[in-house]
Amino acid sequence: MEPREKDDISGTETTGHEWDGIKELNTPLPRWWLWTFYATIVFALGYVIAYPAWPLVNGATPGILGYSSRAELLKEVDTGRTAQSAQLEKVKSLPLEEIRKDSDLLQFAVAGGRAAFRVNCIQCHGSGAAGSKGYPNLNDDDWLWGGTLDQIHTTLQHGIRYTADPDTRQSPMPAFGADEILKPEQINDVAEHVLRLAGQTFEAEAATRGITVFTENCVACHGEAGEGKREFGGPRLADPIALYAADKATIVAQVTRPRHGVMPAWNTRLDEVTIKQLTIYVHSLGGGEMPVP
Amino acid sequence: MVEVINTVETIDAIPHNSAARRSLYAARLKIHPKRGSGYFRNLKWLVMVVTLGIYYVTPWLRWDRGAYVPDQAVLVDLAHRRFYFFFIEIWPQEFYYIAGLLIMAGIGLFLVTSTIGRAWCGYTCPQTVWTDLFLVVERWIEGDRNARIKLDAAPWSVSKLWKRASKNALWLLIAVATGGAWIFYFADAPTLARQFITFQAPAVAYATVALLTATTFVLAGYLREQVCTFMCPWPRIQAAMLDEDSLVVTYNDWRGEPRSRHQKKAQAAGEKVGDCVDCNACVAVCPAGIDIRDGQQLECITCALCIDACDSVMEKVGSPKGLISYSTLRTYDAHKAGGLAVIGWRSFLRPRTFIYTAIWMAVGLAMFFSLLQRERLDVSVLNDRNPLFVRLSDGSIRNGFTIKILNMEQRPRNFVVSVEGLPGNTMTMTGGNVEPLREFNVDVEADKLRAIKVYVAVSPLLLRSELTPIEFKVVERGTESTPETRSISAFFHAPPKETTP
Repeated sequence: MEPREKDDISGTETTGHEWDGIKELNTPLPRWWLWTFYATIVFALGYVIAYPAWPLVNGATPGILGYSSRAELLKEVDTGRTAQSAQLEKVKSLPLEEIRKDSDLLQFAVAGGRAAFRVNCIQCHGSGAAGSKGYPNLNDDDWLWGGTLDQIHTTLQHGIRYTADPDTRQSPMPAFGADEILKPEQINDVAEHVLRLAGQTFEAEAATRGITVFTENCVACHGEAGEGKREFGGPRLADPIALYAADKATIVAQVTRPRHGVMPAWNTRLDEVTIKQLTIYVHSLGGGEMPVP
Repeated sequence: MVEVINTVETIDAIPHNSAARRSLYAARLKIHPKRGSGYFRNLKWLVMVVTLGIYYVTPWLRWDRGAYVPDQAVLVDLAHRRFYFFFIEIWPQEFYYIAGLLIMAGIGLFLVTSTIGRAWCGYTCPQTVWTDLFLVVERWIEGDRNARIKLDAAPWSVSKLWKRASKNALWLLIAVATGGAWIFYFADAPTLARQFITFQAPAVAYATVALLTATTFVLAGYLREQVCTFMCPWPRIQAAMLDEDSLVVTYNDWRGEPRSRHQKKAQAAGEKVGDCVDCNACVAVCPAGIDIRDGQQLECITCALCIDACDSVMEKVGSPKGLISYSTLRTYDAHKAGGLAVIGWRSFLRPRTFIYTAIWMAVGLAMFFSLLQRERLDVSVLNDRNPLFVRLSDGSIRNGFTIKILNMEQRPRNFVVSVEGLPGNTMTMTGGNVEPLREFNVDVEADKLRAIKVYVAVSPLLLRSELTPIEFKVVERGTESTPETRSISAFFHAPPKETTP
C-alpha cells in the first residue's frame, strides 16, 4: 500500500477523501477511548458467555451463570420471608390478645394485615375499610357478629352465609313481605317503629301500631329495644348506622324481601398467619372490642 | 573574597510535564522524583504521620454514651440512620449539620488558599499523602531517582522482577489497609474487624475494601500527578482563589537569571550571572514533573520540595537561600521592580481573608449554638385520610391519627399524650386499652422513634364546624427539671353540619 498523503500543517495523514479541496484528516483516536472500546468488546464477550444472550426458538441461551431475573426475585422473596420468620412464627403460635399487647408484634401484624387486606378485602369493604351500601364499615363500633379478636377471627375463618363452610355464620331474616307473613300495612307500621328506634323522624301513630308487630316478629333477633343480638347476627337497629340505609323505603324493602350479603370463608384461601394478621388489623381500625369477662 | 568551590552536581532532569513539552496525544512519561530533605520535607513527613494517624486511629476511639447506643466515637451508622461524632449525635433530618460542616470545609479551603496558597494540595490531600507514602516504598525497594530510572530502562531480569513484585505487593498491602480502615467508620470497628477476617462481614464491606484498594493502588501507585492535573477540578477552582497576596512557590528569577552552569567562568568573562546554577535539582525532586523556573503552573501542587532542594544547593554555593521560596505576587513584583519587599503577617490581613473568616465563623457559631439548643424530642401527627372520620353507634364522630414520637435522647423516656382544643373528647390507642381515656402514657425506647395509632372521638353536639383545629400535646414524664414538651397542630374532621342528625 502506498503511503497516504500527509497534511502539511498538522502532520497527520489524510483519509484520501476530498470535498471542494477540503481534505479529511485521519486523526487517530485518543488512546483512552480506544482502550475503553476494546474493553467493552471484551466485556461483551464475557457477558454473552456468562448471561442469557442469544434468542432461541423457545427462550434464550442460558449462559453459564444460569442467571434469571425471576430466580433473583424469588431468592429475594425467600430472603424476606426468612428475615420475617421469627415474627411470623410468633404470630402463628401466640394467642391474638398477646400479639395485640406486644407493640413490636402488633406493628408487624398490622402491617401484614394491611397488605393482605388490600389484596383480599378492599373489593367489598373499601381501601379504608369504610365499607359501602351492603358492605359493613369495619372502622366503627357497630358489629354484626362481634368485634372482639376471637369474633373477628371466626368471621374471617368461616365467612358469612358461605354455604360451602358448615361452620359459617348464618342469619336468615325471613322475607316478611314476599312470603306474606306480614301485610303491607304491618310492614309500614313496623318500619315507622324502626325509624323511631334509629332516632329518625317518624309518624307517631303508625309507629305505635308497629310496636306490636315488632314484638311479635322481630325481638327474637333484633332485641326488645332494637339493640341487636350478635349471637344470631341480628343487626342493632337503635343507632344511626345502617348496613343499607336508614330511610323508610329501604327499611320497607328490607323487611319485605331482605338482601343478604355473603362473605367467603377465608380459611380455605389464606393461611392461618395471614388470617391472624388480618384479625389484628381489622381490630386495630378503631372499633375493636375486648371480650366481656 | 572567599573562593567558593562549586561542588553542585548538575542533574540531567527533564520536566516532562511542563507545558512546552507535554502533548495531549503522547503517552505519559514516568516521573521519578528524587528524595529531598529539608524544612518542608520534614513538615510533610509530620503532616503525613498526623493525617494517616487520624485516618487509621479514629474508628477505634471509644466514647461512652450509655447502654442504649454504640460507644464508637465516630460512627456513620447507615443501617440505623444515625451519625455519631463524640458528644454529638445526628439523626437523618438533622443532616444540615453535615451540610454546614461541608460549607465550613469549603470556606476554610478558600481561606487557606487565599492566604497560604495550595497548601491543601501540597500537604494534606489524600492523593498527595498516599503518593508520598507509596514513594517511600518505591525508594526503599528500588532506590532513589537514578536507580529507578536505570531499573526502568533495564531488561527484565530476576532481580528486576523481584523488585517490581515486592514493590507492588507492598503497595497492595497499604492499599488494602487504606480501604480496610474506611469501612470501620460505618460499623462497630472491633466487631467488624473480627467479622472481616473470619469472612463473615457483609458483602458490601468486602466490595468497599476492594474498590478503595483498587483506587488507592492505581491512583497513588500509577496515576499519581495525573490525578491532580487531569482528574481533579480543585486546581482549576484554586486558580480563582489565589490573588497577589497569596503565598505560592516562586522561582525568584529577579535574582536567579541569567542562569549559568559556569558561573565563575562567566563572572571572569565579565558577564552578568544570576544565582541559579542550573543544576536542575528543583526539577529532579518535583513530583509533578515540572520546572518551577517556568513560573506558576497548573500542575504545581506547591509541595515546596523544590524549595528544600534549591536551598541546599544555595548553601553549597554560598549564595543566600530562598532563590525558590514561598512568595506572594506582590513581593515578587516589588523585587522585580528593583525594590525590597518582605512578606509579613500583614499580607494575610485583607478584606478577602476577613470575609472568609467571618463567614466561616458565622456558620460555625450558628451550628454550635443550634447544637446546644436543639430539641431532643420531635413529634409528628398525621390525620387518617381514608376514612376522614367515622360515625360511631352512639352518634359521636371519631378521627384517627398516627403520632410519631422521636425520642432523640440516649435513654428511654415516658411521655403523656393528650389532646387540647376538643372538649369532651375521648381517646383510644391501638395496642393499649380499648376503654376510652383522656390521655395516654407512651414509653419510647432510647434513641428510637415510636409510632402510635390514636383514635379521638367526640359528640357532634360539641363540634362547631366540619374542621376543628386541635393540638396534640406530648409531655415528658418523670423528670425533675422542666419536662420537654411538644405541641403539634392538627385538624379534627366531621361531616357537614346539616347532615348531622
